[in-house]
Amino acid sequence: MSAIPLSHVLILASILFTIGFAGVIVRKNTLFILMSLEVMLNAVGVAFIGAGSVWQQADGQVMFILVLTLAAAEVAVGLALLIQMQKRFKSLDIDLLSKLKG
Amino acid sequence: MFLSTTEITLALLPVYPLISFLLLISLGERLSWRAASIVSVGAMALSAISSFVVINQLSIVSPILTVYLWNWFELNLAGNASTQINISFYLDGLAAVMISVVTGVGLLIHVFAAAYMKSDENFTRFMAYMNLFIVAMLLLVLADNLVLLYLGWEGVGLCSFLLIGFWYKEKANVLAARKAFIMTRVGDTALAIGLFILFKELGQLNIHNLTETANTIWQVGDEAPYWIALLLLGGAVGKSAQLPLQTWLPDAMAGPTPVSALIHAATMVTAGVYLIARMHGVFLLAPEVMNYVAWLGAITLLLAGVAALAQNDIKRVLAYSTMSQIGYMMLSLGAGAFSAGVFHLMTHAFFKALLFLTAGSIILALHHQKNLFKMGGLLKRLPFETAMFTIGLLCLIALPGSSGFYSKEAIIAQLWSSNTAGPIFWYCAILGAFLTSVYSCRLFFLAFMGEKRFQDEPRSSSSKLLNTSLVALAVLSLAGGVFASTLEVALLDVFPRYHSSLLNEPQWLHSAAIATPFVGIIFSWFYFAKYRHSTSCDAEHSVFQDKPNSVVLFCRRGLGFDQLYDVLFIKPYCYVAKLNRNDIFDQLLMLCAWYVSICHDVFKCSQNGKLRWYAAAIGLAVVLLLLSMGLQHLSLEAS
Repeated sequence: MSAIPLSHVLILASILFTIGFAGVIVRKNTLFILMSLEVMLNAVGVAFIGAGSVWQQADGQVMFILVLTLAAAEVAVGLALLIQMQKRFKSLDIDLLSKLKG
Repeated sequence: MFLSTTEITLALLPVYPLISFLLLISLGERLSWRAASIVSVGAMALSAISSFVVINQLSIVSPILTVYLWNWFELNLAGNASTQINISFYLDGLAAVMISVVTGVGLLIHVFAAAYMKSDENFTRFMAYMNLFIVAMLLLVLADNLVLLYLGWEGVGLCSFLLIGFWYKEKANVLAARKAFIMTRVGDTALAIGLFILFKELGQLNIHNLTETANTIWQVGDEAPYWIALLLLGGAVGKSAQLPLQTWLPDAMAGPTPVSALIHAATMVTAGVYLIARMHGVFLLAPEVMNYVAWLGAITLLLAGVAALAQNDIKRVLAYSTMSQIGYMMLSLGAGAFSAGVFHLMTHAFFKALLFLTAGSIILALHHQKNLFKMGGLLKRLPFETAMFTIGLLCLIALPGSSGFYSKEAIIAQLWSSNTAGPIFWYCAILGAFLTSVYSCRLFFLAFMGEKRFQDEPRSSSSKLLNTSLVALAVLSLAGGVFASTLEVALLDVFPRYHSSLLNEPQWLHSAAIATPFVGIIFSWFYFAKYRHSTSCDAEHSVFQDKPNSVVLFCRRGLGFDQLYDVLFIKPYCYVAKLNRNDIFDQLLMLCAWYVSICHDVFKCSQNGKLRWYAAAIGLAVVLLLLSMGLQHLSLEAS
């Protein structure tokens, strides 16, 4: 099995991360923002796995499982907030949530 | 340091009214009328009794009594010389006359005021201010140095302001109070500058030492005493309502009548006279200024007499008459006849307080009617008040036998042959006496004779307090002449002996002076006959309609001085104020505030509440951070 060089993995991870970040900034719909956040988390996951396999260490996979758990918990809270938001504002536009501005 | 009983009594003189003031002002409305008047009048009574005790001691033991209480502060002059400014009192013949007037007349007016202001809702505040005024006035006359005198001087000015504006809910009263305050402030500034120069030249401010030093250092006619005396005169002119600064006094009648009697007739307005008499050492070194004093007094006395002829408000007639009588005092001081001036100050305090208080009684009886043209026929309806007022007027006209006669004749007798006055001042004084008797008669005829010109029946006051104080003042006014010899003895050591020039006095001088008031009375008896007689209704209308022609109106408004000052000072000031409406200097300071507010606006933009913007900002910051770290890394590698 030919080893994939680390730089390829990191490039993939950073492309994924940038796409996710762009999604967070550009999308107005809160659901899509949450999904973009998932993309970003997974980009980080890819980087961990790649690094773990290059150095033959289990730490990368441990970190990925941690990130996965965190993502699940975050999505649980995020979706709950999403439902509340839909109930109150009848919309998922994130810009409506700006009452705390200065 | 132990003080003798007499010294303690002297030191405690201003303390009684001060305690009363503090009590009244702190307890305020919680005190009943009875309690408040017992406290304030009782304090005045204590002061009056102890001042008479002290004065009796004075004549027996020694002519001068000083009491040192404590050191106030120390003044340094250019590092080397320094002088102690003490809180200490100095009682000589002049101060004794003043404290007896202030506490004696003050006590009677307090008694009157307690009854007069009984129904006022702010009675305690009124009595508190009156007590505070007595404290300040006693400090002023007992002060042993000029700084303490200045403290009292400003204190009486403050009380005058507070009491003119006592009924502060009416705009006219507030404006009158402000006018009095600002006008006297002009004079006070001159006085303060005079004190600074005096201290710079002599290095001390103790009145007694200062007079002695001045006599050794300066010659008669030097420049320094000339300017100092001129500046002191400025202060005296402001406080005593003399010529350039006189316009505040008639407006000050907006205050309650006991205030007019106490402050604007008997005591405070004579503070200027007291100042000149007290500083006579400096004034004698500047004969030109003595001459100015005489001129100011003479002109004021004539102008105020003319203005009094045209007034229709009973209190304003008395105000102009006060101004004119103080003109007499100034004239006498200017002529070098100090003791005559101080004597007139005392008798004037008696009879003018009586006149004002009786006028207050009449105004109260007529349901707050002050207009002379709406009075008339009071002779039969208010006999007691008429008798009291007549006694006051007799003294004012200076009919032989009354107290005013002795003091005014003493002044007039010394004018002709004085070094700093002369025959022309004698003629002014005689003309003034004539005017005095004419306006007094006009007042009497309008108010007391003829038919009544008011609807509501007058209710004569039955209050014993009111009438007792009036009777006491009337007795003092009539018998004030007996103090002449006592006063002469008391003031003998204070003032230098009077030097008359060698000018011959004509034989007819004294008889002419005595005859003048009678001439005035006879003149007005015929000239104002229309006021005395009540003819048919139609004629009455024409006489008493009070439609003044332009000349009368001009005199009634105080001979145009208000308009003159309006054009000269108030209009330009308001114009400049309007030009600088936006306040350029303020704008410079406001730049700081501007800067802060611009920063605030910028940072406010960043807080727009949009989550995506925050995320973008974080992302941008991370990118920048990474870039800078990368650049650092590169530069490290390059080196």
